[in-house]
Amino acid sequence: MKKSILILAFSSLVSISFAQEKYFTKTGKVSFDATANKSPEIIKGTNKSTTMVLDSKTGDMQFVLQTKGFEFERALMQEHFNENYIESTKFPKAEFKGAITNNATVNYTKDGTYNVTVKGKLTIHGVTNDATTDGKITVKAGKVTAEASFVALLADYKVAIPTVVADKVATSAKVNVVCALEALKK
Amino acid sequence: MKNNPIKIMLATCCILFSTKMQAQDLLDLLGDEKPKKEFVKNAFKSTRVINGHSIEFLSPGTMDLRILHRFGMLNQGYKNFFGLDQASMRLGFDFGLRNNMMVGIGRSTYKKELDAFIKYAPIRQSTGHHSFPISVVTIAGITANSAPFANQTIQNFTTSKIAYYFQMAIGSKISEAFTLQVTPTMVHNNIVPLSTDPNDVYSVGVGGRLKFTKRMALTWDYFYLITGKTADVNYNPLAIGIDVETGGHVFQLHFSNSTGMNERAFLNETTNTWGKGEIRWGFNLSRVFQIKKNKKAE
Repeated sequence: MKKSILILAFSSLVSISFAQEKYFTKTGKVSFDATANKSPEIIKGTNKSTTMVLDSKTGDMQFVLQTKGFEFERALMQEHFNENYIESTKFPKAEFKGAITNNATVNYTKDGTYNVTVKGKLTIHGVTNDATTDGKITVKAGKVTAEASFVALLADYKVAIPTVVADKVATSAKVNVVCALEALKK
Repeated sequence: MKNNPIKIMLATCCILFSTKMQAQDLLDLLGDEKPKKEFVKNAFKSTRVINGHSIEFLSPGTMDLRILHRFGMLNQGYKNFFGLDQASMRLGFDFGLRNNMMVGIGRSTYKKELDAFIKYAPIRQSTGHHSFPISVVTIAGITANSAPFANQTIQNFTTSKIAYYFQMAIGSKISEAFTLQVTPTMVHNNIVPLSTDPNDVYSVGVGGRLKFTKRMALTWDYFYLITGKTADVNYNPLAIGIDVETGGHVFQLHFSNSTGMNERAFLNETTNTWGKGEIRWGFNLSRVFQIKKNKKAE
């Protein structure tokens, strides 16, 4: 019995030390640009309240955002984005769950910039697709920044663009993710 | 045998922890967040149901150019091209000041009337923490007839051309598709043609919308006149229409029995009735311009 208590205590210790190797933010920035060529208006939305958690041990990475949190230059774009395209009431969240495939090459204790490949599942507008992209992990004075940009085809996520606005809204969105992470203490 | 329980415990521990690790969602580590208070938006496509104000507001920093048309009566047949030969219009500009405050001005061809209003919502429908199921909107407006006085031989006062209206719009976006509102209204006329006419006209409106596609909705706007004489001589205005959103514009295409395009006009002077086929075709065209760019987007 004593042994098992010891084991339990030890494993809980392990899980605590484990947790300290995780990094997170609640103020990550995700922006996208879906401006069609020659469009007179720039169709760009920015979300500054993205939550991301990165497990430096395993390379597991997840982030989630509220689609209503996207801000646009024009109020009407914001309204149409939420009402007609992303349907924010029906699908309030966009989410990524995946991992850094070459996590072993990243030294989270040493300052530097590391090129990484991220692979996982991206959910937008209630549709989940496999996604792979190149990104960057920057370590500086204990702070970890995760960056990535990729292109999402709107049709893959069942976001329909009517022909009336086809000259303004592109068929794909360039997505940019920048998350400055802090150590997660629990 | 003595080792067995420990082994079993160890094994269970391992399984427990490994499954915990497997199933654990990284995002769950941050704990459940309380749902934030969020105001319900887009209860209507436009800031008007059809004739009357809706519980919807313009976004701050935007201007809404509104061009309204009401045509002649359908029952006039082909000789007046079902009313299209006679058009009455109102040109208006509305401005969104805050998320719950807007102002507007307009001018109608009918009686050459100018109008202005301020609209403010002390209570807005919200979800999440401290949610509230309804919106309460207050509207105060003024109308001024800019046509010359009918009788120039008597002493006329400028104030005689002015009327006021005060309104509350209490409503709720009950579901994504369905919104309903009630609008108690009082119109005060500084002067009325006969001493038996009441200066204050009270009415209650019921308006709503039923969205049937992402960009189209069925709307209706009805006012019941309470005040005696005005209600006896006039009819209750009823408008039924379709909102169509095309991207940049919102078209509100409708049929109604009123021709006035401000509260004083359509509540005091609706002399036609649906019962006799005295229905008019009309539309509201709304185009929203962004005057001040949203800085949060940068």
